[in-house]
Amino acid sequence: MQSTTAETVRTGLSRRGRWGLGEIAFWLVAAATLFFLPERHLILNEIAIIGLFALSLDLILGYAGIVSLGHAAFFGLGAYVAGILAKNGITDPLAGLVVAAIASAILGFVTSFLVLRGSDLTKLMVTLGVALVLGELANQMSWLTGGADGLQGISMGPILGLFEFDIFGTVAYAYSLVVTFVLFVLARRIVVSPFGLSLRSIRDNPLRARAVGIPVNRRLVAVYTLAAAYAGVAGGLLAQTTQFVSLDVLAFHRSADVMLVLVIGGVGYLYGGLIGAVVFKVLQDVLSAWTPQYWQFWIGLILVLLVLAGRERLTDKARFAVKRFFGRFKAQRTDAMPTTSAREI
Amino acid sequence: MAPALETRGLVKRFGGLVATDDVTFKLEQGARHALIGPNGAGKTTFINLLTGVLTPTSGQILLEGEDITRLRPELRVQRGLARTFQINQLFPAMTPLETLGLAVSERMGGGRDWWRVIGSKREIVDEIVEIAQRFRLTDVLDERTSNLAYGKQRLLEIAVAFACRPRVLLLDEPAAGVPEAERHELLATVAALPRDVSVLLIEHDMDLVFSFADRISVLVNGALFTEGTVEEVSSDPRVRAVYLGESVDE
Amino acid sequence: MLTILFDGIAYGMLLFVLACGLAVTLGLMNFVNLAHGAFAMAGGYVTAVLMNRFGVPFLLTLPLAFAVPAIIGLVLERTLYKQLYARSHLDQVLFSIGLVFMAVAAVDYTMGSQQQMIQIPTWLQGRVEILGIQVGLYRSFIIAVCGVLVVALQFVLTRTRFGSRLRAAVDDPRVARGLGINVSVIFATTFAVGSGLAGLGGALGAEILGLDPTFPLKFMIYFLIVVTVGGTTSITGPFLGSLLLGIADVAGKYYVPSLGAFVIYTLMIVVLVLRPQGLFARAR
Repeated sequence: MQSTTAETVRTGLSRRGRWGLGEIAFWLVAAATLFFLPERHLILNEIAIIGLFALSLDLILGYAGIVSLGHAAFFGLGAYVAGILAKNGITDPLAGLVVAAIASAILGFVTSFLVLRGSDLTKLMVTLGVALVLGELANQMSWLTGGADGLQGISMGPILGLFEFDIFGTVAYAYSLVVTFVLFVLARRIVVSPFGLSLRSIRDNPLRARAVGIPVNRRLVAVYTLAAAYAGVAGGLLAQTTQFVSLDVLAFHRSADVMLVLVIGGVGYLYGGLIGAVVFKVLQDVLSAWTPQYWQFWIGLILVLLVLAGRERLTDKARFAVKRFFGRFKAQRTDAMPTTSAREI
Repeated sequence: MAPALETRGLVKRFGGLVATDDVTFKLEQGARHALIGPNGAGKTTFINLLTGVLTPTSGQILLEGEDITRLRPELRVQRGLARTFQINQLFPAMTPLETLGLAVSERMGGGRDWWRVIGSKREIVDEIVEIAQRFRLTDVLDERTSNLAYGKQRLLEIAVAFACRPRVLLLDEPAAGVPEAERHELLATVAALPRDVSVLLIEHDMDLVFSFADRISVLVNGALFTEGTVEEVSSDPRVRAVYLGESVDE
Repeated sequence: MLTILFDGIAYGMLLFVLACGLAVTLGLMNFVNLAHGAFAMAGGYVTAVLMNRFGVPFLLTLPLAFAVPAIIGLVLERTLYKQLYARSHLDQVLFSIGLVFMAVAAVDYTMGSQQQMIQIPTWLQGRVEILGIQVGLYRSFIIAVCGVLVVALQFVLTRTRFGSRLRAAVDDPRVARGLGINVSVIFATTFAVGSGLAGLGGALGAEILGLDPTFPLKFMIYFLIVVTVGGTTSITGPFLGSLLLGIADVAGKYYVPSLGAFVIYTLMIVVLVLRPQGLFARAR
């Protein structure tokens, strides 16, 4: 009796840390696109970046429950920092990313104290306000940012001193994908750690989280800072791989789009942002080929329908189908290990 | 030895209303102490003051002789003051296993650990097993909390607080809403709490109070009305007048 | 100097008419409706189309600029919005952003992306000098119309049966229902009137604010500032908030154009951090 319960406890707690078959397949497919879809690398690069951006939003929205309409602030800051560094002679991509991440993390840390208090609406307005202030700053400081003309003349050095960026975007895509993958693995590790569990508990019931001794505010500050750093890296990747930064990186529609991406993929599980990025970009591609100017209409319609139909139910259903699909393979393979649903990662 | 929990001249005012009126109260080490009082007597305010949800207007709160009056709620928990809620406050989307794992690892200072998977520490596993058995939750450990029967949720409510390994446990109407059939299990579990934990029970249910407590305090209009052993309080005609009389028509 | 103050007041009053519907939606239904600007845009386009295609005089278009958005608002409220009252704020935000995207693209498709010109009647053009202040006639007209509306709104809310029911529903919908007040009818009426007022504001403001398909996105933030800074517990809060914002914006653009909207956004953040309930709201 004692030992079987202990076994349940041990597997139950560590199960979430284990990689599922579906996850491995997901990343294998992603890696395969490096070799099989050369003409799509430019758009795939964008997908990887948006995916990382959405992942960072998920950390605060899905895991900490903070509704943000200004997540572009961190993305944009990262993009400008990376761009300005490269323009001023620091052309090593990884160094640029690190600095971008640090800059965004600092902004995230400072502004996190503003979003701890108040209602959803207050948080929404404060996050939006921070992004607007930053956008206005970037617009006014044109000596540094290029203002409305954008930051031009960025030239990047080779990655690790080995790989030069090419015009087909293959190296750029590989670079973005690897960075996204590494940060994903890190995020995955974090969300299944005790720290990650405490974040989920705060989202579920902050009152009780406090009552088991969790310093709620400190945890929220930590995850907000982390998410800001992730968004900064995503912005930095965009600046480095497209070698251009415009005011657009701080615009409202960036924040709205990334929320849309995350919602399409599903909030509260790390693959949501990545899958959402794929679906969003493909949709955008198809719709804008069909109605070049008005694809936004269809995006809006999808959003409205998604909400009306109950987005959580839909994404849960989709995930359940996927799980069953992979479950069939698994059932033959294992007998003792219960499978993890993707929802729980 | 200092009392497990003590208040000295505790006052809480909301505007003109005095919700807690100069309460000086001692919870002795290992005590089974019940706090009763009619509705609106200020029991909830008193609990919220003890746990740090509210800040007192004046007075002191001491936990094992140390002043915790100004301490943040989560730090009080870390010092050994845990509570349950009258209305379940659980994590509906998590399993009981995760809930207990959270509380235990948090207490061991693991909440800052963002690298290790939670189940990798042996002492955490052992402790969860022990708590799950004590609170009869072993067969539902892996289910979503929101799917549990109400009685099991009520047990989990106490189990989470217990997993904080408190020196003082505040039970806020633990049996509230539990159907008759599951009541016995709950009461037995509460009665079997280890003696090194001092328990303050806030309760309406007289059966539970009389079978469990060895001392009773009566709170009326925010002030301590009387205090004594079960026999003393239950035979006090004034208590009957203010409290027992009123509980009949509820 | 006084001219700036005057322009600021006109601008602020316009903002109030535009945003007061949102204040009620937020305060009454606790619904975050980012699509409020779309109703204002609808009103603006009603006026533009009637004047430019059918030659209807400006003043005659105004009732329709109120009625059309009000009807659209009523229909949307009954069919879509009411399903979302009980949902999370995130859902409401997503839903209303979706509506904005659709409205922007649809107007772009049917009307084109260019600025709409609204020719205000000649008797409202030009400026006169009153007590040594240069006063724009059209802006005086706006102040007069909006002033009447503000007084009327205040009267309806504080003196009529409808107003007291509305306030009851604001304070506690459940109790209001218990008192036999048909809360959903009140919600729908209020939503429709709020949308209509936004439309009227859009029509009146087309000349000052400009009118093109991106209107709902461009001014969304202003409406939200009015409501969050002013607070949603009364009508006076948003009114004072609008005036403050209007004057600050006009003055800011005049005196320190290089700072742009920076000052306003920063002020908004400071206010929200210090007083999350809004500047003029009574603390609950």
